[in-house]
Amino acid sequence: MRIPVDPSDWLILIPEFILLGTAIAILMIDAFAKAASDRSSPWISLAGTAGAIVAAVFLWGNPLSGFGGMIVNDDFGVLVSTAILTGTALAVLISVDYVRREELPAGEYYALILLSTIGMLLMVSSANLIMIFLSLEVLSIALYVLTGFARMRPRSQEAGMKYFLLGSFSAAILVYGVALIYGATGTVDLQSIADELISPGVLGNPVLLAGAGLVLVGLGFKVAAVPFQMWTPDVYEGAPSTVAAFMSIGSKAAAFAALVRVLIFAMGGLRPEWLAAVWVIAALTMTVGNLVAIAQDNIKRMLAYSSIAHAGYILVAVAAANRLGLQSIPFYLIAYAFMNLGAWAVVTAVTRKGEEAVGLSDYSGLFWSHPVLAGSMGLFMFALAGIPPTAGFTAKIYVFMAAVAADMIGLLIIAIVTTIISAYFYLRVTVIMFMERPAEPPVVTVPTPLAVAIAVAAAGTIWLFLFPGVTQSFTDTVARLL
Amino acid sequence: MIAELVIFIILGTVAVATGVAVILSKNPVHAVLFLVINFFSVAMFYLVLSAQFVAFLQILVYAGAIMVLFLFVVMLLNLTGAIESVQDKLPAQKWVGLALGIALLLEAGVVTAAGVFRQVPAAPPPSPNFGTSAPVGVKLFFDYLLPFEVTSVLLLIAIVGSIVLARRRTY
Repeated sequence: MRIPVDPSDWLILIPEFILLGTAIAILMIDAFAKAASDRSSPWISLAGTAGAIVAAVFLWGNPLSGFGGMIVNDDFGVLVSTAILTGTALAVLISVDYVRREELPAGEYYALILLSTIGMLLMVSSANLIMIFLSLEVLSIALYVLTGFARMRPRSQEAGMKYFLLGSFSAAILVYGVALIYGATGTVDLQSIADELISPGVLGNPVLLAGAGLVLVGLGFKVAAVPFQMWTPDVYEGAPSTVAAFMSIGSKAAAFAALVRVLIFAMGGLRPEWLAAVWVIAALTMTVGNLVAIAQDNIKRMLAYSSIAHAGYILVAVAAANRLGLQSIPFYLIAYAFMNLGAWAVVTAVTRKGEEAVGLSDYSGLFWSHPVLAGSMGLFMFALAGIPPTAGFTAKIYVFMAAVAADMIGLLIIAIVTTIISAYFYLRVTVIMFMERPAEPPVVTVPTPLAVAIAVAAAGTIWLFLFPGVTQSFTDTVARLL
Repeated sequence: MIAELVIFIILGTVAVATGVAVILSKNPVHAVLFLVINFFSVAMFYLVLSAQFVAFLQILVYAGAIMVLFLFVVMLLNLTGAIESVQDKLPAQKWVGLALGIALLLEAGVVTAAGVFRQVPAAPPPSPNFGTSAPVGVKLFFDYLLPFEVTSVLLLIAIVGSIVLARRRTY
């Protein structure tokens, strides 16, 4: 009798199990003690997320593989998981008062956030195309529901529906790609695909190329790369701000991890073939994201285009596919988790009930009534623009260095030019906050959990600039995977 | 070999024709019924591929359970009037889509005619009990245990999500 799995295989899944247990506990409390659940579920989910972070860090430096190579635990995965869990923890913190204010069902909200995080973590450690697809579905379906969570707001419902339809199409395209790759190589295991690619007959197989292209489209949708970005602004605008914050980190980081595993680890031998596609997508993503962001008057839409643009910079590192590129991806994602969630936290503070006050004009003169809040927003805007002394600067420098090392000067020039363009709309927010004097000061309340989230995000943004070496030494071990 | 090709062409024609009919039918009940035929022809494909177990699951789950559910929803909602009133805000996109679709079909046709797909090596003949429930079960509970378990999380999310979105009581 064969034993289905080695008991030690479950070790890799400890973070996921902690989150699953927490989510089920929240659902149970919600079912049997409604009043207690509304108060306690954010703190329970925060504790669960913290436990998952501890478990993920505990797995650091233990290269493990389980379930017949279905999932792996490597240092790359641990770093990206840390970025995702940081995003989840901060998203939970900024949700505490938001969920109460918008009168959303608390138990289900936090349970779905945690369940979606499970999908993200699984996607990061997937070493099999079937697992990548399944975990993508786990994280996406929870996000579709969360996007349409504010049922009383038609905008939220519309966004949820739009995201669901387009997301289902992109998932179908991904599965089609997986099927073609299976047809060409006879396997869905990433390591076996890498082994298959050594034989020249497989390498030039058009079925394999078509499959790789379709997988690139499916994952490109998730990271919001141009031209698969159509959904992003509408979904970010319609979704509850806290959900938009959560998905801008988590689903992007998870999809990038899968992209790295498929394109670099499994299909590294195919790089001459996919490089042109990734090059064009990266260039388009940076250009369109930053240029269209300039025209936005709604801060949520602006941040949506900003998240598209940032996907472009990370794609530059993917295209480079060298040691530096591989190092810069986790660093960029962690830095992005801090600076982007910080910006969304401030947005959550400024918006009023029913997602009102999301125009840029609502930030006018914020500094004069709320200097600390406006100051942190300024910091996050500097970070997103890539201006020192912030983590955004360091992250961009790493990506640029990766592009130089890979001899991709054309892409590097596009990246630098679009970074300069992006400074315009990031700094415009700062100018509006500091230079303008409104007739009446904006009504803004900053509850304690939100303030803590902003403080943590700000500290992380500066800390990663001052001590990039800490993460640098971690990412060094990641580079050895190549 | 020839018999297989004939069956494939017949099944393929039925599958594509019913698939097109699903999206062209104005009446939702007709669309759902065309979908049933489509599911059956796909199930026949599985049979031809000697995946009997999957074929019967396809009929039981999709053509049976899910289609009945579809029909119930369509009849309960009585959408006939609503569909007529839907306005296409971008009528041009229909033609752009048609042009792009034809371009893709032509491209696929040219690539296939050029013979590049013949490079794919022929798969070895399946073992005698391939596709019966026993090997599928062994695969599912040994090699694919983790995906099987992850599906349970997916279903949990689907249940929680649909209740949240459909529940009448508001907060």
